[in-house]
Amino acid sequence: MSNILVFVEQREGKVRKAALESLTLGRALAARTGGTVAAVVAGSGISGLAGELAAYGAAKVFVADAPELALYSCEGYTAALDAAASAFSPSIVLVPGSMMGKDVAPRFAARRGVGVLSDVMTLEVENGRLVGTRPVYSGKARATVSADPAAALQIATPRPNVFPASKADAPAAGEAVPLALAGLKIRAKVTKIEAAETGEIDVAEADKIVSGGRGIKGPENWPMLKALCHELGAALGASRAAVDAGWISHSHQVGQTGKVVSPSLYIACGISGAIQHMAGMGSSKVIVAINKDPEAPMFKVATYGIVGDMFQIVPAMTEAAKKMKA
Amino acid sequence: MNHIVCLAYVPDTETKIKIGADGKSIDESDVKWIVSPYDEYALEEAIKTKETKGGTVTVVTFGPAKADVGLRECLARGANEAVRIAADGLAQVDSLGVAKLLAAAIKPMPFDVLWLGNKGVGTDAQTLVPMLAEFLDLPHVNLVTKLEWKDGAVTCWREIEGAKEVVETPLPALIAAQKGLNEPRYASLKGIMAAKKKTIAVKTPADLGVDVAAVSGDKAAVRWTKLELPPARQAVKLIPADDPAKAAEELLRLLRDEAKVL
Repeated sequence: MSNILVFVEQREGKVRKAALESLTLGRALAARTGGTVAAVVAGSGISGLAGELAAYGAAKVFVADAPELALYSCEGYTAALDAAASAFSPSIVLVPGSMMGKDVAPRFAARRGVGVLSDVMTLEVENGRLVGTRPVYSGKARATVSADPAAALQIATPRPNVFPASKADAPAAGEAVPLALAGLKIRAKVTKIEAAETGEIDVAEADKIVSGGRGIKGPENWPMLKALCHELGAALGASRAAVDAGWISHSHQVGQTGKVVSPSLYIACGISGAIQHMAGMGSSKVIVAINKDPEAPMFKVATYGIVGDMFQIVPAMTEAAKKMKA
Repeated sequence: MNHIVCLAYVPDTETKIKIGADGKSIDESDVKWIVSPYDEYALEEAIKTKETKGGTVTVVTFGPAKADVGLRECLARGANEAVRIAADGLAQVDSLGVAKLLAAAIKPMPFDVLWLGNKGVGTDAQTLVPMLAEFLDLPHVNLVTKLEWKDGAVTCWREIEGAKEVVETPLPALIAAQKGLNEPRYASLKGIMAAKKKTIAVKTPADLGVDVAAVSGDKAAVRWTKLELPPARQAVKLIPADDPAKAAEELLRLLRDEAKVL
């Protein structure tokens, strides 16, 4: 029997989608290994989350509920994960590969003297050890990685947006188990959160992305792409050329020195497709290239392409999307 | 204030990746190597802070002899000392092993801030920063795009999904840089000349008391068993653009009915 513990990321009392994806994946692995799935969540005033986590298959929900855990701290949330792991003795721990998860999982792993299968896009249990595949060299290659079978604990951080999130056929028990964190030492503390522009979806967790590059010509033209984003429910991305020109902040950058994304739809507008950009979006399910230059390398990876002027095509797409919804 | 900057010497981000003969690592024959771009932001911030507040900057890497080129670049930009943990001839060491080696090298060195890039480009695991902080019992702040110094403490702006977290931490601390923190400088000619005369301190894992055999190759906590190129994509379906409105409608129809992503 190999039990599986899933770290659940919540912000402002809401469970993040990436955590539900990890729970769903945990359930699938447990069905094969014959173990049970537990969840651990840290925060303040969050005991009401157990029901939702039970619906996704958590037989037990370890809850670290304390005022000093209201905002994220790596030390505090790692302590919660560590305490739940001590109580539940899992052989597998899944932590969503979000910014928070990629901060917590390695600290916890180092505490236990084990490794992390980071950012995996597939994950299986083979002969008692976790085996996954993950993009390396920013997606220019794919590595098969495996955990040490002798390790008491195997940890993976599944990449957000890759694994589906679905409820269990029947909810699990979801028994809430309070965690008391004795001697909690939090040195690096979040004091506040400054939100980005309201309603903006981050490229790292977006299911659809509309991206602009050098072809956008200047920051005054982002509203044209934002209008399309709005109609499609997409996040706004940018190439390094657009970011380095100072047209948009780095948080939008897709590529080797930006974010590596795997949305179901990636629309590249006026992006030629430098190797470093392709590295960041090459694993998108469907890619659309819109470019004046028929020789643009982006057409080599695109599913669909329009050779034309993005200043005509993009507004027409926004109109077409409006019509389609109507 | 004294600074230590850990850096990785990695394949240039523009390099085309070829799979090596062993089928689980890259072919390094035509690879151009650079200091990882994120580590450059870390180094720049350390040097900038040294220039205003005094102190020293020491750069540390785990790498083979060719990484000395990268260390000299850092010395030319303004680092005072350089240490290399020799990786020559070693089997692949994963993040946990690298964190152990770096922690062993750094433990005896006094510092106020330990700097890293938020990831090395290459393995892209993003696991080293929290692991190293844990081994050195330090608070850490990852993905930092802006910071303000206080007396014995620092306030950092950390990038998360769709927002920034404002994080306060006492020193000493580990701070991991994200793009946007600064614009790294180029080395001056004077700096390049001075860097040539400096000695790079080389230590072996054995010097540091780390049994590298226990953390590398098929003893590593995470092993790469296979490396392959991403699967080839289908040929593009081009939509004629004579009439932009028609082209746009056809594209959206294909996305909805054929690709089923709308």
